[in-house]
Amino acid sequence: MVYLTRKAEFSASHLYHNPEFSPEENRRVFGKCNNPHGHGHNYTLEVTVKGEVDPRSGFVVDLKRLKEVMHREVLDAMDHRFLNKEVPEFLHQIPTTENIAIAIWQRLVTKLDRATLHRVRVYETPDLFVDFYGEA
Amino acid sequence: MKAHLSRRYLFSASHRLHSEEMSAEENQATYGKCNNPYGHGHNYIVEVTVSGQVDAQTGMVCNLADLDGFIEQEVLARYGHENLNTMKEFAQEVPTTENLCIQIYEIVQRGFLHAHLERVRLEETMMNSFEYRG
Repeated sequence: MVYLTRKAEFSASHLYHNPEFSPEENRRVFGKCNNPHGHGHNYTLEVTVKGEVDPRSGFVVDLKRLKEVMHREVLDAMDHRFLNKEVPEFLHQIPTTENIAIAIWQRLVTKLDRATLHRVRVYETPDLFVDFYGEA
Repeated sequence: MKAHLSRRYLFSASHRLHSEEMSAEENQATYGKCNNPYGHGHNYIVEVTVSGQVDAQTGMVCNLADLDGFIEQEVLARYGHENLNTMKEFAQEVPTTENLCIQIYEIVQRGFLHAHLERVRLEETMMNSFEYRG
């Protein structure tokens, strides 16, 4: 079994707000992330797949195909978007880094043909990142 | 769903690697430059990974402000700009980055109750890092 990781970057804006909370509670729980007009990040995405090395190609996965899938399923939808307003998963769910990692996993997991998705890592900043392994 | 959240923090401290149980020659042979008598310092980066169910109300494993507050108070304020050899946890133990990593793990494990601690990773320099999972 070999693990292969491909990185990508996207930039997007978001805000944290739960309509079930009062304004005070939103402010207390989410702090500056609750500022009403949103703010942005340069996100780094790392997608790790695993599989056996194909004896003919020497590949776990065709990187070009993986890159295309990441672009089509994730970057086209999220890059230079306001996540709360433009990405369906976040119309009714807060686009925290945790939820972004889960959403990306769900977008990719059925779209990889040869390899198995192992991990989605999303860096919101170089000092903050979330890993999702598809665990319930 | 269960996710892992990792956060990186920086602190600077000095140490000297020296064991009272070894002769001067053995200390020198074991620790090399790290045994120089007046110590030396590093910019340490501590990477803390916690895990848990993503809360449906907040979308979070735990509130980052709680984790930051805890680490700042219990780890960064404790070790930042200190000489590790003078601290009580290193009175009997050499302040290698292995031992410091274990100490930090135990502080977080004991005191941070908002999520499950998965691991502490400590970078001594860009070239060296250590990881402890309990």
